[in-house]
Amino acid sequence: MVTYLSLIVLLPLAAIASKAFSDGFGTFWDAVSQPQAVAALKLTVICSLIVVAINAVMGTLIAWVLVRDEFPGKGIVNSVIDLPFALPTIVASLTLLTLYGKDSPFGIDAAYTKAAVVIALLFVTLPFVVRAVQPLLLSLDRDMESAAESLGAGRARIFRQIVFPNLAPGIAAGVALAFARALGEFGALVLISGNVPYKTEVASVFIRGQIESDNIVGAAAVSVVLLAVSMTLLAFVNLIQKWGLRHER
Amino acid sequence: MSLSSSNKSKRSIQALLLLALIAFGAIVVGCGSSDDDGGSGGSGGDKVQLVAYSTPQTAYEEGLEPAFNETDAGKGVSFSNSFGASGDQSRAVEAGQPAGYVNFALETDVTRLVDSGQVSKDWQDNKYKGIVTNSVVSIVTRPGNPEGVKSFQDIIDKDLEVVTPNPFTSGGARWNIMAIYGAAIHDGQTPDQALDTVKQILSQAPVQPASARDALQAFVGGAGDVLISYENEAIAAQNADQDVDYVVPDSTILIEQPAAVTVDAPKSATDFLDFLWSDEGQKIWAEQGYRPVNKSLVDESKFPTPKDEFTIAEFGGWDKVADEFFDDKTGSIAEVEKELGVSTEG
Amino acid sequence: MSGEGRLTRYGLRFVALFYLAALLLLPIGVALVKTFDDGIGEVITQITKPDALHALKLSVITVLIAVPLNTIFGIAAAHVIVRTNFPLKWLIGAIIDMPFAVSPVVIGLSLILVYGTGGWFGADLAAQGIQIIFSTPGIVMAVIFVSLPFVAREVIPVMQEIGTDQETAAETLGASPWQTFYKITLPAIRWGVTYGIVLTTARALGEFGAVTVVSGNISGETQTLPLYVSKQFETFNSVGAYSASLILAILALGTLLFMNLLRRRED
Repeated sequence: MVTYLSLIVLLPLAAIASKAFSDGFGTFWDAVSQPQAVAALKLTVICSLIVVAINAVMGTLIAWVLVRDEFPGKGIVNSVIDLPFALPTIVASLTLLTLYGKDSPFGIDAAYTKAAVVIALLFVTLPFVVRAVQPLLLSLDRDMESAAESLGAGRARIFRQIVFPNLAPGIAAGVALAFARALGEFGALVLISGNVPYKTEVASVFIRGQIESDNIVGAAAVSVVLLAVSMTLLAFVNLIQKWGLRHER
Repeated sequence: MSLSSSNKSKRSIQALLLLALIAFGAIVVGCGSSDDDGGSGGSGGDKVQLVAYSTPQTAYEEGLEPAFNETDAGKGVSFSNSFGASGDQSRAVEAGQPAGYVNFALETDVTRLVDSGQVSKDWQDNKYKGIVTNSVVSIVTRPGNPEGVKSFQDIIDKDLEVVTPNPFTSGGARWNIMAIYGAAIHDGQTPDQALDTVKQILSQAPVQPASARDALQAFVGGAGDVLISYENEAIAAQNADQDVDYVVPDSTILIEQPAAVTVDAPKSATDFLDFLWSDEGQKIWAEQGYRPVNKSLVDESKFPTPKDEFTIAEFGGWDKVADEFFDDKTGSIAEVEKELGVSTEG
Repeated sequence: MSGEGRLTRYGLRFVALFYLAALLLLPIGVALVKTFDDGIGEVITQITKPDALHALKLSVITVLIAVPLNTIFGIAAAHVIVRTNFPLKWLIGAIIDMPFAVSPVVIGLSLILVYGTGGWFGADLAAQGIQIIFSTPGIVMAVIFVSLPFVAREVIPVMQEIGTDQETAAETLGASPWQTFYKITLPAIRWGVTYGIVLTTARALGEFGAVTVVSGNISGETQTLPLYVSKQFETFNSVGAYSASLILAILALGTLLFMNLLRRRED
């Protein structure tokens, strides 16, 4: 298990990290503190935070509806949830552009704005929270809920005190993954975000530019910052998960 | 309960074993098939491993390669084709992607392979200085050129929305910037004023896609009033029934696209490059929208020579331009993008 | 059910479906319409082109290697993280999530830094005549990398949820840890495993960024289906591109269906 993890994940990441610091900490700092990098990082982190906040709410809601509700066509809806992963990101980009670009049938022209970045990221991260919460809901014992109900507890209270604590670890896990994915996304954004430096250029596009300029050290440095940001969020999520567990016992 | 649970666990175990078996089987098949690929690649010199930038894909696959196979030198030669962003392709070859013949959008992408020892230092010692095709930076418009654009300055004067690739992610997009810059210089502007012109045009670009092809797709998809791109891109789009027109400005840059063979390329790769330079090869390039490097073959009705055509050599060649203009920290274009970003922030 | 309850239910259903429609169903609908622009005959012509078929084969082989390995790894990792205790345990959890936080382009780059010519092991591997980057093994590694976290992440919350009561009971009754694992734990976490496998497969099928860097992108040789799709868009063959995407979607849906069937048989 350790070998597997090392060969495929750890060694390559170590190579990136060592590349990032290969010219000393000064160069690393220069690379990540230059204005274009800062602007890209800021945009990426803010958009990703918005995206995971929406995901946390909508993902849980969708999972709930898919598990507890019954309506015609539910099976179909349930089965297409994973498609954002399987479809090449360029397809996502093009179809979202058709729907929410210049010729939008709904009159919503979000193309090349920050909103477009958020929409594209929402698309590619959709399955995370839904699929993390669904198994928890499925295995959740409904006796507790009916017991609480028979004792006169309101629906909101049942959700808050019984259901939510049980789902929290799943929501947290889904949010963590969605956040990490949003930080690194490239393909779905290239056509729908404007890619304009300082305005709509996300970190992964900036990294792409650094590689194109043969500045591998700069590319590696920004990647390390992205990694650090997601590690921080993951640590935070870990705490939430522990809280969820304690709550349950 | 115990019965059903032990049944379930047995199934689970079976499932796990099955998974392991599938993986093992697939590894065997996967490696087997990759051996096949490697084997046919290494067997003799009758296979040209072609690594090129994205644009000429159709030209190679549907025009040049079949035509080469018709010639004496090309009989029985097979091709393995890899197309992608010019810089990516060059870096991939440097990192070990097998290649016999390479064709890039920028000379610096060949220089990288000269530095790594994969392309001979004297690759430019031939009639066409290593350049296999030409094109010009042109302005792609909506059908019929409704805005009546004729020059880069018109984009500013008419305050049009423009699409041009991000010059940091797209090496090829740097031709566009140099065309605007050079045209401004030739119009009598000082270098500082010319950079301001570039800046003005970039400020009218609400979208700067990652590559030239992405830019074309964005434009065809409705973005912008005009697109700055290579003439051959515009012709490729027209050949593919896309509804666009294009204008070659009177003052614009001549794009020179280099090609070379690698040091351990089979003879068939050299034969192929010779064929590309032959009259027959150059004519096929022309059909696909590229300007022949052999000036006597340029059909002026299809490829009118711009009145004021300049080359990158005027600015010191790509090595110098890459440093002065496109260095991601000290380059003047990085500076321009920075000023644009700061001025519009918030 | 009370009127208020029904109202809440319809409200939730409406919000969920509206969101899904705007974000997911409509885009998929658009893609479907564009696929059949030139009729079904053209779709069949497009997907039976040799390069398309080869890309399909390569994608399937890649998935068949990556998904089982990641599943076994994921279950093992989840078990270690939830059921054992040792210092720095949190670190393992963090490392497992890392692949998502790295931009796919950088994943490709990092693999080249280690296994490419001039990389850490590149020269040694080349001396052995082993080519990893720009060949099938490189593609498989990239795909394993990007889809590594799913199974573990799906299984961990479920394992926490089910608690240790049954496992402890089994152990008190004299079951070995291995017996406990496959008689009690494994059946209990099967929902998580199912979704984990479905997500891993979907992600493995769809990956573009990392694969494009390490594959060499040679048509008919090292081109996976998503690379093929992107190539078709570049040559303005949008029907070809959407048709190939349809195959990817069908493969992903097929996995879900297959897993559901398996599970139904188990229940």
